[in-house]
Amino acid sequence: MAYLLRRLLHGALVLVGVSVLSFLFVQLAPGEFFSDMRLNPQVSPETIRHLRAQYGLDRALPIRYVRWARSVAKGDWGYSFAYGLPVSKLIWSRARNTLLLTITSALLAWLISIPLGIYAAERRDRWGDRVTVAGSSALLTVPDLLLALALLILAIRTNAFAAGGMTSPDFAELGTVAKIKDVAAHFTLPLAALVLGTLPIFFRHVRAGMIEALALPSIQSARAHGIPRSRILFRYALPAAANSLISLFGFSIATLLSASLLVEVVMSWPGLGPMLLEAILARDLYVVIGAVMLSTFFLVAGNLVADVLLYLSDPRIRRGPA
Amino acid sequence: MEPLLEVRDLHVDYLSDGMPPAQVLRGVSFTVSKNEAVGILGESGCGKSTLALAILRLLPSRSRLKGAIFYKSRELTNLPEREMEKLRGAEVSLIFQDAGSSLHPTLRVGTQIADVAAAHHKDWSARQRREGAEAILKEVGFDQVERIYASYPHQLSGGQQQRIAVAQALISGPSLLIADEPTSSLDTTVQAEILALLKRLRREHSLALVFVSHNPAVLAEMADRILVVYAGQIVEEGSAQQVLNSPLHPFALALLRCVPKDVRHNGPDRLLSAIPGSPPDPAETPAGCPFAPRCAERMDVCGSRMPSETRPEPDRKVRCFKYGG
Repeated sequence: MAYLLRRLLHGALVLVGVSVLSFLFVQLAPGEFFSDMRLNPQVSPETIRHLRAQYGLDRALPIRYVRWARSVAKGDWGYSFAYGLPVSKLIWSRARNTLLLTITSALLAWLISIPLGIYAAERRDRWGDRVTVAGSSALLTVPDLLLALALLILAIRTNAFAAGGMTSPDFAELGTVAKIKDVAAHFTLPLAALVLGTLPIFFRHVRAGMIEALALPSIQSARAHGIPRSRILFRYALPAAANSLISLFGFSIATLLSASLLVEVVMSWPGLGPMLLEAILARDLYVVIGAVMLSTFFLVAGNLVADVLLYLSDPRIRRGPA
Repeated sequence: MEPLLEVRDLHVDYLSDGMPPAQVLRGVSFTVSKNEAVGILGESGCGKSTLALAILRLLPSRSRLKGAIFYKSRELTNLPEREMEKLRGAEVSLIFQDAGSSLHPTLRVGTQIADVAAAHHKDWSARQRREGAEAILKEVGFDQVERIYASYPHQLSGGQQQRIAVAQALISGPSLLIADEPTSSLDTTVQAEILALLKRLRREHSLALVFVSHNPAVLAEMADRILVVYAGQIVEEGSAQQVLNSPLHPFALALLRCVPKDVRHNGPDRLLSAIPGSPPDPAETPAGCPFAPRCAERMDVCGSRMPSETRPEPDRKVRCFKYGG
């Protein structure tokens, strides 16, 4: 238990540290949201001063940080200059779409890569292995951008999938079932792009981990005692390979928020990616900090999930350092 | 009488990309009778462990095996993997050198023993498996059987871990136990305990034993007959007494000189000698006797061709030109 509490405390410290640092770094960047207004002769300096005071930009950095922290406690996470909305509401409406995409793709990629990796490791150097390894290498060399574009071209040529966006223009008039179908149709393409992008990486880790595990003395010994092959693979070798895979799984959670940024922009998926790009360009301070904090949260949560899984799967960790 | 195990002209090569194959075993032949204990003596890297793995067909995938292995008259080298699985543990068991790494780190040891029972007794209930495992734990000398059953390997000492490995090896009632340096990583006192345990279990279960070791003193304790292996060949074979007391092959002689006869009298007057040089590269095929470069009694003929096996005495074999070759 002490182990988990320590990890939890560690995670909380990381979150606080990142919030302070992101405040400092955003401050270091030149310009602010209202800089552009100054060039506009129709906006008086008086108005700008008034706006800055309204958003608290005329105060010293520590005071702004404290105000922001208070707003976090209230659940607003500051206000967006551009939208005039609480950051939490703004980000959540977009992050939802991103998470729908990335969680599904991560689960799908893991569900495919674990059996495939075990299969390839089991048939190491034989045809089944060679074909899957060659396939994954080929996928790995294709840049994500090219993959997304190729899928878009495919969709437009075949007309089988909806290309771009998340819903059709007539979405509001559809029934519930038709709505789900419509989202699914728009969903397929970015999902395929993401799965094809991450699958080869997961697959290679599973395969390498299993090959390493199968060569362990404990697996050799299980074979020497006549434990059947299927049982060796799933009950002995997979848990032996689990530690590094669990760490990778935690990392894949950490990237859930950012993994799809490129695909979102290319396929105009209304996720966090396009909004974040816009916020950074406009120096919409609190939106950027909010997105950074959410990413950090996922990083911390991913590591925490990995720690808990390791704790459950490995009795040596459970016992802790003596 | 028909032997329990017969190995006939066994060759094993390890293959690697862009390199000549390493010939780890070069034509090994021997038999093991029922209830017999055969010691295999040799330096590290001579192919002893490979021999143990080859009998159970546990060699790495990048290897090549030639020759024949008969167990109870059944040829093992062309047996389907599924049949081998049934044979491993139930007929022929293997204990490894380092029990700490041969047990699975994240499974309870009791489960690991019960798993072996489950593999060979498909009709056993979970309760029967547990009872079987607890009975064998008692047999290998544990008192608090339930506590041990629920332990993880890292919670046990090296000697306890090796006892668990023995329990795994014996729970399905094999007729032949292959032990690959089972005590080399243990303290001397624990080593003696494990050897005594193996001796007792051998008697009680009427096991045949193939005991692989680099230590003549251990084999003196355990073996009826000894095969001396050098560079993947059996260079001498005879009863344990014959080989240990009056070795014929210069390698066997040199190996025995490396061992203190009596530790208390090991003063400056009786220096231990090491064998100069190192074993030949398994990737190269030596023209003559593979031991010739390190041999103190080398003759002209030794470098030119391989000596063949002769029988200087009844029940003894040696591969050296000193005895005709």
